[in-house]
Formats: sequence, C-alpha cells, structure tokens
Amino acid sequence: MDMRILKCTLNGRPVQVGYDPRESLLDTLRDRLHMTSVKRGCEVGECGACTVLIDGVATDTCLYLTDWAQGKDIVTVEGLQAPDGTLNPVQQAFVDEFAVQCGFCIPGIIMSAMEMVNSGRTYTREEIRKNLSGYLCRCTGYMNVINGVEKAVDIVNGHVGAGEQDASDVDWSQRVKDGLEADCAR
Amino acid sequence: MYDIESLYEARSVDDACRALADDPQAIVVAGGTDVLVKCREGKLAGAHLVSVHNLTEELCGVRLEQDGTVWIGPITWFHGVTTSPVAQRAVQTLCDACDTPGGPQLRVSGTIGGNVCNAATSADTASTLLAYGALLDVRSVRGTRTIPIGEWYTGPGSCVRERDEVLVGIRIPRASYEGWTGHYFKYGKRRALEIATMGCCCLVRLSADKARVDDIRLAFGVAAPTPIRARGAEDGVRGLTVADAAEKIGLLAQRDTNPRDSWRASREFRLQLIKEMSRRSLLEAARRGGADI
Repeated sequence: MDMRILKCTLNGRPVQVGYDPRESLLDTLRDRLHMTSVKRGCEVGECGACTVLIDGVATDTCLYLTDWAQGKDIVTVEGLQAPDGTLNPVQQAFVDEFAVQCGFCIPGIIMSAMEMVNSGRTYTREEIRKNLSGYLCRCTGYMNVINGVEKAVDIVNGHVGAGEQDASDVDWSQRVKDGLEADCAR
Repeated sequence: MYDIESLYEARSVDDACRALADDPQAIVVAGGTDVLVKCREGKLAGAHLVSVHNLTEELCGVRLEQDGTVWIGPITWFHGVTTSPVAQRAVQTLCDACDTPGGPQLRVSGTIGGNVCNAATSADTASTLLAYGALLDVRSVRGTRTIPIGEWYTGPGSCVRERDEVLVGIRIPRASYEGWTGHYFKYGKRRALEIATMGCCCLVRLSADKARVDDIRLAFGVAAPTPIRARGAEDGVRGLTVADAAEKIGLLAQRDTNPRDSWRASREFRLQLIKEMSRRSLLEAARRGGADI
C-alpha cells in the first residue's frame, strides 16, 4: 500500500509524518516518532502498556490504526515533563509513592492517571482501581500505583483552590512536596 | 504492522456499502478490537478492510426517537452507551452490560455494533440486547432490512448479516423497556480484561404491588453456541411471586440451556452458574423494580 501522511498534534506540537496504512498508532508513535514511552506489550488490547491520550481519552494504541489518528490530539508521557525538567504531579507522585518497579507498564498507567487528573475531580480508591483495571503489572502488586494515582489526583483536584487549577505558573513539584509534608504531619 | 491488504476509510455509510460491494473480499472494521486482533492472529491475514471508524455523524450516539424508541448508533463505544443519559434513563441494564467488556481502554475503542456483528456467544451485550428485544438495521447496496435480534445469531461467531451489509442502527422499542427493570450478571475469573465464562441478563416487569413477576425475559451468553433466551424458564415463573419465581427459575433455566466444556469452564460448572445466576439476576432485577426481597 502507498504511504500516507499523518497530520496530528503530538504532545502539544503539530506533526506530520509518513506512515504505512498497515501500521497501528503504536507502530507509528514508537518507530517513526520515537515516542518510546509507548510500550509494545501484548498487542491485543489486554495489557495497557501502549496507552496514550487520544483527544483526552486513554486508549490502547495497539488496536488503533494510525489512519484513524488524523487530526487527533495525542499525548504521551514524553509530553508531561516541563521544559525545565520538572516532573508532572502524576510522575512526581509515582516517584514519591514508589509506584514504579521495572517500569514497563507505568507509562500507560500514567496516561490513565492523567485522564483522571484532567477530569478535574477526585476519585474513590474503588474508582481508581476500576479505571486502572485495563493494565497488567507484574512487579508492583498495584497498591503503590493506586496510592500514587490517589495522591496526584488529590493534590491537583482536591487540595488546590478553585481557579488555581488552570494557572500556568503553579509549581507542581512544590504542590506535591506540600502534599507530602501535610501527609507526614498527619 | 498488521497483515492487511487494503484499508479504505469510508466517507459515508453509502460509500462503505459501495466499497463492500465493489470488492468481494472486503470486510467492515469499526473499533478494531475484534477485527484487528484476528488480523494479528492470522485468522484474517491479508484482510481487505473497509473502515466505518470515522462515520460518527451517521453511526454514533444514543438518542430517544419520537415514539420512544431508543436508537443506538452501532459505532458508539461501550463507554459511550454506559455514560449516555438517554440509555441510563431507558435501558440501564444495557449500560451495566456495556461496562463489562475488557478494560477501560478497550471500552473506548470497542463498539456495541461490533459486539453484535462479531456474534460471539460470550459477547457481553448480547444477552442484554436479546432480553430487550433489539431490532437491528443493516444496509447494503441492495437496500436496508431490519432483523429482530432473536433471528440474528446462526452459530458460534456467525449471524445473518451478509459480508457486504453494514449495521446502521440498534433500536430498542419503548414497549420492550418501559416498566422493565433488570440485571446483567457477568461471571469470570477476573473482574476486568476477561471473557465471560457465563453471562446472564434478567429483565422483569412487576405487578403494581411489586410482589409478582408479571412478565420476565431471561437471556444467556455462553449457555449455548449462540446467545439464547430461556423461554421455558420465562413461561415457568411468569405470574409467580418474586420469591417463588426465584426458587424455581434456576432448574428451569438449566433445562433451556446447553453449555459446553471449554478450557474456561466445564459444562457442569456452567450449568451450576446458570442455575445460580438466574436466581440472583431475577432477585436483583426485582429489587431494582421495587420488590422488597
């Protein structure tokens, strides 16, 4: 089949890239756009390692043809860190809660956590468990992952005053530290 | 990279029908969660795909029509059905069923129409759509026809839809849902990312005093080669008190069904599930209808 050109937004930047119509979005993101946070796992929609945000929705890219990504807004873990290297609150919370072991499944899980953070609301642990039920992790036993997601969601959507959430100059790492200290004080 | 021979992105349903008619090898792909997996496995190697993925205007959404019919666009994600206010108000049990396939990421790719067309007996929405008496509209270059879901399934993974027909609507008539409450019960070894070992949907319409089962529809997935209604059980408990119906329904349902041995579960275990899940689903459906039991 002839190559086609994908025009989409990747991590906030407009991109154009040639692709073979037989490719999954996973193939294109990893092999052509070098987004190696997107992991090739089961490739049949069972492990979640290839999850990215497509128009804000956490989606398995292994079962998503690149052809369907025309014009979409795609976010991967590569798009989360601030230019100065500051970690996103979800990333920081995963570090703080020791939610990472081998790390293979984590980039996907972080994107589902981002979906929750971006919703602007908080979640019960049961809701978090359900929202993470599309992932298989062989190392962590999930508990620290759930702790990390809960912390990030609470810090961003629970403890931040209304109106501040969209502010661009919020020091997220400071927020996370403040949250941690508050926890320790408790 | 998938083993795909061609991929055509349809611009409209009519365009898809034309493409399917022009290429005798072409098949429809919507969400991709069945078709692409089969391509990966080699079962559909060299597939010629006509994609209806982007036809959201024509094929996506849930709406209430003038006469009270619930219309569900076939490429609506499972998650889209679960969270639709119209569906929640009219066909809550279908919303529950749509919340069970795979995991969250799969439920924003997999479509309810794909679940119907793939025609697996284990499809999570199959027993519920069967209980609700859904009407399925399919279109090809030869025209449109409507198939009641009771006549849809012909065997494991097969249905009356022709290769070149596109499912264009799933309709649930008002009389099929108004006054009914229900419960979908999925049994699997895990609570997520699991194919149903047994699926059971029970819908009931209670008497005014909420004590009797005026009418009932009981449907199963994985209890036979295709999704089926347990009509003998329905006839056997209609008119009984909820408690008596719950007492009797399990054994009657076992007589209506013919589950198989598979690596997931033995026939004996499935028969046990049929008995127990019928009873529990009936009780839960009745509770939702206001029965004090």
